[in-house]
Amino acid sequence: MRKRLSSFLITLGEMSLLFWQILIGVVRSPWRGKSILDQMVQIGINTLPVTSIMAIFTGMVLAVQTYHKFRQFELESWVGSVVATSVTRELGPVLTAIVVAGRCGSSTAAELGTMKVTEQIDALKTLAVDPIRFLVIPRFLAAIVMLPLLTVFTDFVAILGGYLMGVFRFGIRSSLYIDATTNWLDPEDILSGLTKALFFGIIIIVVSCQRGLDAQGGAEGVGRATTSAVVISSIFILVSDYFLTLMLP
Amino acid sequence: MITISNLWRGFNKNQVLRGVTLTIEEGETMVIIGRSGCGKSILLKQIVGIMKPDKGEIFIDGVEITSLNEKELSQVRLKFGMLFQGGALFDSMTVAENVGFYLSEHTKLSKEEISLRVKERLSLVGLEGVEHLMPAELSGGMRKRVALARAICTNPKVLLYDEPTTGIDPVMSAGINRLIRKLQHELNLTSLVVTHDMACVYDIADRIAMLHKGEIIEIGTPQEIRSSPNPIVQQFIIGSSEGPITGDS
Repeated sequence: MRKRLSSFLITLGEMSLLFWQILIGVVRSPWRGKSILDQMVQIGINTLPVTSIMAIFTGMVLAVQTYHKFRQFELESWVGSVVATSVTRELGPVLTAIVVAGRCGSSTAAELGTMKVTEQIDALKTLAVDPIRFLVIPRFLAAIVMLPLLTVFTDFVAILGGYLMGVFRFGIRSSLYIDATTNWLDPEDILSGLTKALFFGIIIIVVSCQRGLDAQGGAEGVGRATTSAVVISSIFILVSDYFLTLMLP
Repeated sequence: MITISNLWRGFNKNQVLRGVTLTIEEGETMVIIGRSGCGKSILLKQIVGIMKPDKGEIFIDGVEITSLNEKELSQVRLKFGMLFQGGALFDSMTVAENVGFYLSEHTKLSKEEISLRVKERLSLVGLEGVEHLMPAELSGGMRKRVALARAICTNPKVLLYDEPTTGIDPVMSAGINRLIRKLQHELNLTSLVVTHDMACVYDIADRIAMLHKGEIIEIGTPQEIRSSPNPIVQQFIIGSSEGPITGDS
């Protein structure tokens, strides 16, 4: 138990150090436009199909659950506002981040882990190229741009899912549903969700890159790094979500 | 050229290098032999600054490198080219991108000039028309040659070879040995080769050093090593399963 705890604390320390190195690199080194764009496609565009499915069903389920409870108090017309607020403040950023951690965090850890165990990271160093600037920073910059954008997309699709259920399944008048959604949705709700998404993007990249760069011992080590990248990212996302919720307006 | 003094390095409780002291003269080919896992590759990584020793000093052209920071080390590394055991080619890049990587990262040469230099280096290692291929499409021997072309693209003063003939057939091994000799003569390189392939050793070495239990136990010309009275050296070079090495292990 003590060994596990010390190993976890060391990992945490290495993640903090990596984050610091990333920040210095972002400020001091030139940005690699093509690599950043490639990563934006990986994290953003290629994740769209999965997030779309997740978002539309989340919005629909949320509408169903809310409708059944609110009907008891004859507040059916408020379903739109509950769906919109829940999605923009909470479900949009968290679920998007979990999907990105599963899809892109795992592939980042696997790619960097494979590069580590096949000595490609060492080869970069011998060619006087800093692996953090070459491999990590483009991913970091892409993630902090794409996570908020993906979250906006998720919010929109989930709200659309709620609308479809509310209007076509439960017969709520379309204008009433839209009014409830727009009247009760504050810019603060959206901003709070996007701030969370930004933090989650940082968590996913720092965790998955650190796990990948720390991989040891061949295919098994890469597998372990990949699994722990997803598990640690997901836990950090959920824990930080609680604290961010307390801090954000 | 390279002076290693009292170098120690351990991993947890396993002390791999125990006070290694060695000098490599300019222009010579020094071969370090020893059993698998005896710390030969670790020694190479310390010389190129990828790994820090626990204790000891390494001088490259009179500059002590163990106390340098990453930025200063990058400058020292430009004097080296390194051939990794598995080639360590970047598998997301083509052969041409791999070989020209250093030039595109550190020089302002145009694409045409880089392409010309890549062709020239590839032809020096006996490869033509492979520029567009991906590393996964190459045979083991070709990967080593491409990795060698990448290593010499930096115009290094010292070439480090980590098990250059491991995993390839005897005919290809002989070709790699000939290539090491050729590069030493044509580019006037200092070479440090780590291997346990004795055919390769006698083919290329000016001097041989044997690493055993973390220490250099014998240094000499191939003739001197062949006639060494040390039973450990004799067991290793003959390749006998009985003797002090196996008795020790």
